[in-house]
Amino acid sequence: MKLDLLTALFVFMLATFLGMDIIRRVSRLLHTPLMSLTNAISSIAVVGALMLAGEAPDRLTTWLGALAVFASTTNLVSGYLITDRMLRMFKRREAPKS
Amino acid sequence: MTGTVTETLYLIAAGLFILALRWMSRPDTARRAVAAAVTGMLLAVGGTLISPEIVTYKWIALAAVAGIALGVPLARVPLTAVPERTGLSQAFGGMAAGLVGVAKYYLWLADGQLTHFRMAVVAGEVILGCLTATGGLLASAKLAEWMTTRPITYRGQNIVSFVLLVVAAGLGVWLTIDPTQSWAFPIVVGLALVFGVLLILPIGGADMPTVISFLNSYAGLSAVAMGFVLESKLLIAAGALDGSSGFVLSIIMCKAMNRSVTNVLFGAFGSVQAVAKRAEERTVKSATAVDAAELLSNADSVVIIPGYGMAVAQAQHRVRDLYDQLAKRGVDVKFAVHPVAGRMPGHMNVLLAEADIPYDRLVEMDDINPEMPHVGVALIIGANDVVNPAARTDEKSPIYGMPIIDADKAQTVIAIKRSMNPGFAGIENDLYYADNTLMLFGDAKAVIGDVVKQLSGEGAA
Repeated sequence: MKLDLLTALFVFMLATFLGMDIIRRVSRLLHTPLMSLTNAISSIAVVGALMLAGEAPDRLTTWLGALAVFASTTNLVSGYLITDRMLRMFKRREAPKS
Repeated sequence: MTGTVTETLYLIAAGLFILALRWMSRPDTARRAVAAAVTGMLLAVGGTLISPEIVTYKWIALAAVAGIALGVPLARVPLTAVPERTGLSQAFGGMAAGLVGVAKYYLWLADGQLTHFRMAVVAGEVILGCLTATGGLLASAKLAEWMTTRPITYRGQNIVSFVLLVVAAGLGVWLTIDPTQSWAFPIVVGLALVFGVLLILPIGGADMPTVISFLNSYAGLSAVAMGFVLESKLLIAAGALDGSSGFVLSIIMCKAMNRSVTNVLFGAFGSVQAVAKRAEERTVKSATAVDAAELLSNADSVVIIPGYGMAVAQAQHRVRDLYDQLAKRGVDVKFAVHPVAGRMPGHMNVLLAEADIPYDRLVEMDDINPEMPHVGVALIIGANDVVNPAARTDEKSPIYGMPIIDADKAQTVIAIKRSMNPGFAGIENDLYYADNTLMLFGDAKAVIGDVVKQLSGEGAA
């Protein structure tokens, strides 16, 4: 599917404005997990890497693609796991007093 | 037909990513955010794997297994190591973008499909990706303290860095005009890698929260550039979300330090030691754990101000014990968290949450400051510059104008500190010499442990 430059810029602009608006509303409490979550989301780069490693047109491309799959999978897995681990710790209730 | 399915899955994935960020706005919906983002990612990966262009799964499987093998242990690091993990993950994100850019360049060069437009976006992707990769690695090394956290500077530093970037960008432009000059491409890659290092070298420990946010933004932008290269709307949208989040966080951090973006990046903050030490030796009042326990248990309200020192000493669980002891005695305990306390945005909040301190006890700087004059005891644990009154009063101080937590206005101040060494910014702190300040010297974890022991009855009168 072809994507022309103007459509691409259009998507970029809308997503940027939307992103800035949503992020501004994120509680300061959660800035660290927010950062690890957005890092994990940007590991969507794995999609591009998968195509390269899977199309395997020549050895160099396959190797570079596989390395990129490795890097983004690492990000994806560790990013989601650690975000969830941190968020599990945020509790509102006072622990029952002894 | 499969193409439509894949594109539809991508569309749903983008929607889920946006929902995920919305749900991150409150702690009670935040875990749903992770679920949404994971679902989006699985749909996108699934949609890619079914595309007919993929002819072999061998390399994908191998790389994915290796990625999981490294990713799982990386997610289990202690929470004090979260900043360096974040730097590392930004490096990996940049690396993935850089690698895909390099691969696409040689692929198109060999096929003769390297149009001017493609060359321009590939150059952009490779420059952004490579500088994020080395910059992230170096930031991670600094955060893990594998190397000095002081800024590393030399004469003409900014000019050298600037020239390097201009040469890289210039070669990129030239390649765009004439894509056949393939000898220039590796040079662009090399220059971008070196520029990433030069960008982080002059950054000091105190500026890390801002810089880690910047790198977050760069990592997002490299994903956007990859989206332009691969003509993928999903990559552009997801990358833009990441890029804008890094950008918003950088701005928040800069505001919290009253510094401009350029000042953070090129100012080498903290390289100069305190200008002139005062001639007279000033004395501080030092206290014991017994004194501190006495003061804390007799106060109506206590505000605890944590800083990087708490993270280094891993003292958060002792702080929790202290909180329990004081709460049991009916003392109103709150935690005042400065936006740039620690080494990344929100660092202190995560550590306190790890120690099971309820998040409604964590108060932001702007909300706590009006209350400070009524506070019985302000307990400072390993924080320094964020409570330095010079930021309010001393126009010559490098931190003048930075918003601070007004600990000095509390009736009594207890500061836990390893020694009298100045903090990362290398600035003397008058607060320690004030009449209402008591110093408790020692490792935060040990000192708070002693105070808790006093409070829990062992040895207490």
